[in-house]
Formats: sequence, structure tokens, C-alpha cells
Amino acid sequence: MEAIFSRPKAMSSTITHYCPGCTHGIIHRLIGELLDEYNLKEKTVGVAPVGCAVLAYNYLDVDFIEAAHGRAPAVATGVKRGRPDLFVFTYQGDGDLASIGMGEIIHAANRGEKISVVFVNNAIYGMTGGQMAPTTLPQQVTSTCPQGRDVQTAGFPIRMAELLSSLQTDSFIARVSSHSPRNVIEAKKVLKRAFGYQVSGRCFTLVEFLSTCPTNWGLPPKKATEWLEQNMIPYYPLGIFKTPEEGKVK
Amino acid sequence: MAKKLMKGCEALGEAAIQAGCLHFFGYPITPQTEVPEYLSRRLPEVGGVYVQAESEVAASNMIYGCAAAGVRVFTSSSSPGISLMAEAVSYMAGSQLPVVIVNIVRGGPGLGGILPAQSDYWQATRGIGHGDFRVIVLAPSTVQEAADLMIEAFDLADQYRNPVMIIGDGIIGQMMEPVEFKKREKKQLPEKIWAASGAKGRAANKIHSLFLDPVKLEQHNIFLKKKYDEVEKNEQRFELYNTEKPYDLLIVAYGTMARICKTSIALLQEENISIGLARPISLYPYPYKAIQEAARKAKQVLVVELSMGQMIDDVRLAVEGQRPVHFYGRSGGMVPSPEEVCRELKRILAQKT
Repeated sequence: MEAIFSRPKAMSSTITHYCPGCTHGIIHRLIGELLDEYNLKEKTVGVAPVGCAVLAYNYLDVDFIEAAHGRAPAVATGVKRGRPDLFVFTYQGDGDLASIGMGEIIHAANRGEKISVVFVNNAIYGMTGGQMAPTTLPQQVTSTCPQGRDVQTAGFPIRMAELLSSLQTDSFIARVSSHSPRNVIEAKKVLKRAFGYQVSGRCFTLVEFLSTCPTNWGLPPKKATEWLEQNMIPYYPLGIFKTPEEGKVK
Repeated sequence: MAKKLMKGCEALGEAAIQAGCLHFFGYPITPQTEVPEYLSRRLPEVGGVYVQAESEVAASNMIYGCAAAGVRVFTSSSSPGISLMAEAVSYMAGSQLPVVIVNIVRGGPGLGGILPAQSDYWQATRGIGHGDFRVIVLAPSTVQEAADLMIEAFDLADQYRNPVMIIGDGIIGQMMEPVEFKKREKKQLPEKIWAASGAKGRAANKIHSLFLDPVKLEQHNIFLKKKYDEVEKNEQRFELYNTEKPYDLLIVAYGTMARICKTSIALLQEENISIGLARPISLYPYPYKAIQEAARKAKQVLVVELSMGQMIDDVRLAVEGQRPVHFYGRSGGMVPSPEEVCRELKRILAQKT
């Protein structure tokens, strides 16, 4: 019988620890499928974050390095400069990339490191149990802003894709969402384009994924996808923000 | 290669290249900026890679990534910068990565000053960062020795899969002396089969220091301890000076301070006062036994440091209370003259013991 659907070769047959309704698993799978499609499994090094995806190295069956919190872009820089022939990607959450690792991501992008960054923005700290993230929306309630995010003291949520697009160095920067099948299909196309730029040695690439966190949002999975669509997409518009061919497009 | 007059920092950079290290990630900080400056022009000549990181935090994580990919790599910094690197050093020790880190020490605490000091002894020899680990620490006292130890450091790092630190006070980094890079035999080292360099024809390698299961983390800690035991058994390095004939007092000093003490010893020799010197070269592993044996031949011991007294802790551990241990130190970038040390020696010798 012909197999029409199977686990990507670049993924392990391990069951993930992710909560029901979380989209980390979907995003992992997109990476796995694309590593297969580009035939990169044997020349890939992934860099895992600190956060819910800290154990990503158990789920993707490629060489992996576990970085300190926020430092994945610096670690990836070290790998890529040491071995430019390898395909190097980081997988980072919003606390990791936009808070503690803000310096590392901006400078990796600005140097034009030929790496790919998969940035998962679910507007909250997952692993530590639902604290305010730099991407937590105004008035959104978390365990460290129980009255809702007060922009007078916490500032506004940071739009990373827009911020990184403002750098002059060539890059590919996009924001996609993982909350519906249609968005997942679109996300894969965008991530494929991003990986392609690294494969051809063109530029720094980052794809921001809007993602759900039903557990820490306190919502059932279906309600969580609705919350993402109604609250996150208006603040974090989807699309391609910068390409190496056209520069800043959005 | 013929002898060449070189600054300590430049000699360290060239020694790394001679050791086959063609990757450097660093950040400018006085008094070691000549290392990145030298390498930024020298590495491109030899097909190497120089990256100026955005911070010491980033530089140390870049060497983490580069070493994890199986590539020889080093960074260089000075005291406040090393504090920023502490995070990555802990991760590299935990995930057993071979890297070399140079610390050209300046006075502290805080921003301190920019002049020579030995006030990072505790930090260097007690692991640098969080967790149960050790870093091999080598302390040269001449530019030639700095170059020699630098080359050796890469082999030690590869052999033990562990970070190695070259620690020099500001004088070692800034002083110019003749250096020769001798031809050396290539050491047989284990292949880096553990590296994250693309899982071609093998299972995927995972470089990490995370062990959520306490049983596994304890096993990992025990494994690392065994490695450090091996290091302590095999890698103690020290120099004994003027200890062949009987001596009244033993000085223990390292780096530049040991060199100054040698002059003091020569000066006192003219007055028929015999002083021995023990100079630890490996600060970790510390040559406890050698110091103990040398101390036993003297009536008392004087530790001289460019600090308020840090290595003295290890000397006391070595001497085990069998001899009085005195201390003399200058700090903040102040360096004692040989005469100043002589005065202190005479003062101690005049005391009734």
C-alpha cells in the first residue's frame, strides 16, 4: 500500500510534552517537512531555546544544541561561521527572543548571519507558567500582570518582525499564524521561502509564528484559536515585511 | 620560526593560529583589546574567521556554538567581560565543549581599573559560573610562556572536552618580549564524534546541559567529577626556583608577581638570605603537593599576589597549618617593586616565629 501521509524523516517518533491545543507541535512538523523537502536532515544543526521548546532537540531528529535563554542567535552564529556548509536554524519563543535575547537577535540580523530563525509568539511565558511576555497584549491578564498589562508601566508589546525589518541589512522577515489549517498551509510556504534563502546563502531569515497557549491563557483550545484571531492578528498583522530582493515591503 | 618581539596579547593571538585555531569571537575591553585587533587583521590572511560580537555575552555564546560544531575556537576578554561570559562558560562545561578563554585581568571589583591585577583568582579557580564544574586555568609569567601555554591549552581543551582559561595580569598582555613559535609534534587527540555538525551516517548528536531527571543529572555530575579527578592527577604544572639549597622562607606567587619575586630573591641572595619560590602554573589543578613539599623545607611561607589575598586560600590548603603563612599584596593596579617585596621578606624574617 502506498503511504500518503507519514512522519517526516527529520522528526523523531517521540511524543511531545506540549499541552493540548498548543501549536508548537504543528510548527515542529513544518520544520521537519521542510528539512525533508530540502534534503537537509544530514547537514542541519538546530539551536533550541529556553522555554516550552527547550526539548525541541528530542522531537526533531537532527543535530541540536541547547542554548542559554535568549542566546540562540549567538550560538547559531558560532555554528554557521564555523561551518558555513551547514543549515542552521534557531527555534525561539517570545520571552527568549524578544526579552532576554533582544540583543542577540538584533545583532545576528544586523550582521546578516545566514541562519533561519523560527520565532514563536504566543504572547505569554509558557514554561514558567503564564507570566507577562514582551509580546503580551495591552490589558491581557497573566500571572505577573493580574490586572492586565498596563502599558503605562510595562510599555506596549514589541512587534519583532516590524522592528527587525527596519534594519538596513538584507534579510527575509515575515509573520504567519498557526491557528487554522489555512494559515498553516500559508505558513509553510513562507517558511519554505525563508529556508530557501539560507540554502542559497542569501541572507538572514526570520519567520514569526503567532501561536496559541490555551493552558496559560486559561482557554479551551478552540476558544484559544478564536482569541488569537480576534486579538493577536489585529496587533500583529500577518505578511512578509522584508525580502532581500525588494527590501522593506510592509 | 625565528624569535620575534611581540606584545603579550598579540603573541596569544598568534599562538592560537599556530595551534590551528582559526575562529575568534570577541569584544573589545582594555587591557586585552590587542588580541581582537591582532586577529582581525591576521585571521583573514590565514583563511580564518574573526567576528566582533555585540557583547561578551554574545561572544561567549558564539564560541559555544562554534565549539559545539566541532571547530577549534577561542575568545579573549578582561575581568568585567569574563563576568559576562560566566553564563556560557557554565553551559560549555556542562555540555563538555573544548574552548579556550583568555582573561587578561584588571583591577576590580566592578569597573575597577585597567591596570594589572590578579584579583580574579577566586573566580577563575572556583569554576567562573553557576553549577558544579571546573575550568583548567593556566597562568603564564612571560610572553613566551603565554604563547606556549596558549598552544597547549587547545590540546588540553580537546583532550578533556572542557573549557581552558589562560589567565594573565595586564602586564602579561601589554608587555613586549621576544617570542618563538617552535615546531611541535601534533598531539593524538580524540575525534570529535560528539559534535553537532550534521548527522550524516550516524544518529543525531545533541549538545545540552539540561538533565531534568535528578538521577541523570547526578550521574552527569559524577562523570564530570571523575574527569576533574583525572585533570588533577595529570595536569598539575609548577616551577620551583632557588629551592635546591636550604632556604628560610618560601614565597608562593604566580604570573608577573612570581617574576618580580625572583628579582627580590636575587637581591637578598647578595645579603646571604636564602629564599625559595614556588610558582604555580596551573591554578586549576592547583599543585597542592608540590607547594606542601616546598613549604615543609622552609620555616615559613609568604604568599605574594596582586590582590588582597586570594591564592593564599589554596596555599593554606596545601600547607595544612604546618607552617605560618604570611601574605603580602598590592591591588587596584599597583605593582610592588622587588625592593618592596624584599622589605616585607626582611620584616617577616626579623619576627620571632
